Amino acid sequence: MKKGNQPIKNMVAKKTWKQEVQHNWPLYVLLLPSFVLAIVFCYIPMGGLVMAFQNYKPWLGITGSEFVGMENFKQIFAFKESYQAIINTLIIAVSKIVLGLIVPIVMALLLNEVSHVGLKKGIQTLVYLPHFLSWVTVAGMLRDILGLDGIVNGVLKSFGMDPVFFLGEAGMFRQIAVISDLWKGFGFGMIVYLAAISNIDQSLYEAAEMDGANRWQQTIYITLPGIMSMIIVMATLSLGNVLNAGFDQIFNLYSPLTYSTGDIIDTYVYRQSLVNGQYSFGTAVGLFKSGIGLILTVISYRIAYKVAGYRIF
Amino acid sequence: MRRTSLSRKIFVVCNTAFLIIMALLCILPLVNLFAISLSGKAAANSGAVTFWPVDFTLMAYEKTFNNNNFIRSILISVARTALGTFVSMFVITTAGYALSKDFRGRTPLMWFFVFTMLFGGGLIPSYLVNTSLGLKNNFLVYIIPGAFSCYNLILIMNFFKSIPKALEEAALIDGASFFTVLWRIFLPLSKAGLATVALFIMVGNWNEWFTGILYMSDTKNYPLASFLQVIVVQGNQQDLALDPTSAAAMSERTIKAAQVFIGALPILLVYPFLQKYFVTGLVMGAVKE
Repeated sequence: MKKGNQPIKNMVAKKTWKQEVQHNWPLYVLLLPSFVLAIVFCYIPMGGLVMAFQNYKPWLGITGSEFVGMENFKQIFAFKESYQAIINTLIIAVSKIVLGLIVPIVMALLLNEVSHVGLKKGIQTLVYLPHFLSWVTVAGMLRDILGLDGIVNGVLKSFGMDPVFFLGEAGMFRQIAVISDLWKGFGFGMIVYLAAISNIDQSLYEAAEMDGANRWQQTIYITLPGIMSMIIVMATLSLGNVLNAGFDQIFNLYSPLTYSTGDIIDTYVYRQSLVNGQYSFGTAVGLFKSGIGLILTVISYRIAYKVAGYRIF
Repeated sequence: MRRTSLSRKIFVVCNTAFLIIMALLCILPLVNLFAISLSGKAAANSGAVTFWPVDFTLMAYEKTFNNNNFIRSILISVARTALGTFVSMFVITTAGYALSKDFRGRTPLMWFFVFTMLFGGGLIPSYLVNTSLGLKNNFLVYIIPGAFSCYNLILIMNFFKSIPKALEEAALIDGASFFTVLWRIFLPLSKAGLATVALFIMVGNWNEWFTGILYMSDTKNYPLASFLQVIVVQGNQQDLALDPTSAAAMSERTIKAAQVFIGALPILLVYPFLQKYFVTGLVMGAVKE
């Protein structure tokens, strides 16, 4: 699809800029709104990252604030809180990536074994749904379900156990975050594998059946290899998310009681800068995160391209 | 066909049961929430409600809809979703069409846009830029800064690329301008794809809650998602605007449940009917090729 027009392009002699503008000016006009918005709301804020190297004071502005070099970055690892936020981010994000990779594959393979079309569709409809709910909604639900009078504690009580204030327990926060994220996203993760499975050549299964392979062997030797390139793409692309633990989710679930295990880089940046007014330090932490994120994403795209021919555009 | 063996039969039964349980797990929390919102105070507060209302009452919904701040936030959500989706679709459709053509400077421009997906200024620099543009306490903050999205742009561009070139060339030879081609050929031919992208932008707009919290000083200007965030998550009950007597008769829990449920309702209502679009959108977004 992408390479289809290549030969034609090479045959046509290159136009001069004047001819180009004369002929294609409407295209530039059509691009203008996106171009302006990208400059104003994406690139100008990038310029604002200078403040990570300053001691920014709102009344002095970007041009007037004192330049401090790498001072803010040195503090990232000096403060126990920011260090802990980085550790929490890594633990939560990596757990989400690993489970978010394995569970959808397993679920897609299992769902593929359901032969009743209506049932299969019905299950799919239900498991995709949570993906479209906002984290505010899900957090509202979780706070109720996991509350002291919630349905989970109701079950515990009926077994004679003491109720637990789940969202106030630092020791359980990461598990709750990872599991609820999995609950919300596994259906979405499944879709690509189901699509890949449906693309596998059916005659392979017929041939295997003739040779006496059972369903388990067919799954291991046909289905899995058939979706392997998709698995590799999804795995490499998820590399870019190693520092994305999910602001929307954590912000709506955590509390001072669970900061020790649940505070992640993004929530820490929010509190440091907008609540405590440490704009420069907050921005430095944010830049540390997005810088590493950029490197990881570029690497992951390169690997995905090399291994599976994946392209962004 | 070979006869299915006993172990296969056992597997099929267990597997189906397991998947049905997993599917129910995805919906039961919502059912629980809905049941609580329809239950009486005593039952809700004692945790007696599971998946069916106990002491059925609509009081939580009556209270909620008598709260002007709540109604106001719904109207703001509707307005931002409608306008935001329109502006966003305009911006990315025009650019998506242009970028689906071959012209000089296309590749550098493409990278210019893609880079916005990979890196950004982050919270504070964006906040300072938006504030200096006068977007603080301004309704337009819901519309303008998020209107451009490279991700959606690429989706639409790929749609346009799949439209046969011959159609366009014929029209251009007949003297049609690029604008006419976009309006008369590309838009009608990619209706389904555009509808899918628009649907996703709508859901995103409806669910977005952070902008309101960040840029609005007065909770009166919050969309529903931000309003719910304050009530449900921050536990700020002032906005419930309950008078003391009804506060005594009402359960905070049932009202919260009702409000969260109403927040999710538009999506729950639309989802079964537009399921096809939801699913194709997911596949498009994930595979992108």
